[in-house]
Amino acid sequence: MKGRGAAAYSLRRDAWARLIRNRMAVAGLLLLCLTAGACVVGPWISPFTYYEQDLFNTNAPPDGTHWLGTDELGRDLLTRILVGGRISFAVALAATLVSLVIGVTYGGISGYMGGKTDAVMMRIVDVLYALPFTLFVILLITLFERNILLLFVAIGAVEWLTMARIVRGQVMGLRQQEFIEACQVLGYSQARTLFKHVLPNVLGTILIYVTLTIPGVMLLEAFLSFLGLGVQPPMASWGSLIKEGVAQMEDAPGQMLAPSIALSLTLFALNFLGDGLRDALDPRRTEGRR
Amino acid sequence: MIRFLFHRLFFQALPTLFVLAALSFLLVRLAPGSPFASERELPPQTLEALNRAYGLDQPVPVQFFRYLSGVVRGDFGPSLRMPGRTVAELILAKLPVSLELGFWSLLYAVFVGLTLGVLAAVKPNGAGDHVAMTLALLGICIPAMVMGPVLALIFGLRLEWLPVMGWHTPADRILPVITLGSTYASYIARLARGGMLEELTRDYIRTARSKGLSEAGILVKHALRGGVQPVVSFLGPAAAGLLTGAFVVEQIFFIPGLGETIVNAALNRDQFVILGCVLLFGSFMVFFNTLVDVALAALNPRIRMTGGKGRHEG
Repeated sequence: MKGRGAAAYSLRRDAWARLIRNRMAVAGLLLLCLTAGACVVGPWISPFTYYEQDLFNTNAPPDGTHWLGTDELGRDLLTRILVGGRISFAVALAATLVSLVIGVTYGGISGYMGGKTDAVMMRIVDVLYALPFTLFVILLITLFERNILLLFVAIGAVEWLTMARIVRGQVMGLRQQEFIEACQVLGYSQARTLFKHVLPNVLGTILIYVTLTIPGVMLLEAFLSFLGLGVQPPMASWGSLIKEGVAQMEDAPGQMLAPSIALSLTLFALNFLGDGLRDALDPRRTEGRR
Repeated sequence: MIRFLFHRLFFQALPTLFVLAALSFLLVRLAPGSPFASERELPPQTLEALNRAYGLDQPVPVQFFRYLSGVVRGDFGPSLRMPGRTVAELILAKLPVSLELGFWSLLYAVFVGLTLGVLAAVKPNGAGDHVAMTLALLGICIPAMVMGPVLALIFGLRLEWLPVMGWHTPADRILPVITLGSTYASYIARLARGGMLEELTRDYIRTARSKGLSEAGILVKHALRGGVQPVVSFLGPAAAGLLTGAFVVEQIFFIPGLGETIVNAALNRDQFVILGCVLLFGSFMVFFNTLVDVALAALNPRIRMTGGKGRHEG
């Protein structure tokens, strides 16, 4: 204990300590790592593939070989859920990344430039906000071939609006501060000031919003796949698996329940983690909430 | 108020709709591949004739303004896949069912959500708060495509209390409406709780309490007016979400709504049908957002005074 020990803690470590103390957030983080890890590793060690059919053993109940049973074509359900999880996570991450890059750049520039530029850029966001985006994504799917990569990009290109607004608000607040003046005095270019000095300060807020975007994107992917507009068989995602399960609901409800549980658990985990992150990174806003 | 509404309609609603129409029309017309492309290769003469018949041989701007002038008159063009059917009649045949489902779901969401949110705010961190917020968390983490089948399995197939198919009797409505509305009820509960908690810390509430007004009266007559504002702002996005979310619910419960039309059009690349739906849903959203702004202005005089600018602060 050397007097001013508290000051030695960086903001980041402080936030991490707060997060670790939040039991629900830790549980969410662990659950998320576990699910994601299983989805990445599982299909490799599984003796089955997601497309291999066994027509003599369809709609089988869970047993020692097929831990979650088989679907109507005799495919191993567990393997399909794990592979489907890969798709769900991959789409969510990729789309979030796309939205992150667009949103942060757009919002950062808008907030940093201010004035007329800001007004015009935000007016555009306002207009885009009022468009029916789910249908817009469906329109995009209609126009181009249905492939997963395009789905990533389309969803990401659609999800950046809120991120842009949030980043802009934060950057506008930071713009008035002295270290920005210092950057200007040092003769740094505007781009360098914005990306190297302003945006790192917004990282916490961005992180909070990312944990909110991921479940949103995951749901959108599940929504599209459920409707048959997402992944194409024999590929699976949680949305398409739930849809396939619903068709077998009367005889084998497990086929609907298993992917449903996977999806809902992941959403729970992300929600707890997101709430925990918000409390940890933005302690001022905690009062009054839960 | 009239000036506010005028400003809102002509400077926000109409330009937004125009941008939507232009953007989606351009996308559709500039996308690679002919709308008539199919597995079978068509002879070029046939393609040319088809293009001429549907006016697709004109320059894109001409096509756009033709389309737009048609839309204004309620003509959304022909279906490219179902010869002889117009987009308008395809949509109109199914729209009422989807609208009804959306309407009841919204009503359910607002009623349940407000009740839970206000109850939670009365005693923060009390038992009621915990129960309400746990329910809200469940509603947010269990999407309609999970809740629908689970409800159908429990109450329909196992307990046999409620029907799980079709859209004829009032009982048919119960499960679909709960499925579709619960997520939004959860968000509304959270927003209402937050809004009420903030409002209850205001000075005028303390004044009301010191005057000896009943707590229930303060809640319903005074705090609710301010506390409900975040909920009202959410109704715009919620209405949009309900309309598209209905596709999944319609499929689960075999409801003959617009969802099937849209999904089939997307699978068949029936461009004008999708385009019509995008415009229709866009108009709904703009209409709803305008309604929401008017409601907010009615609730909060400060928004009225600034000519609609206040909404974008913060």
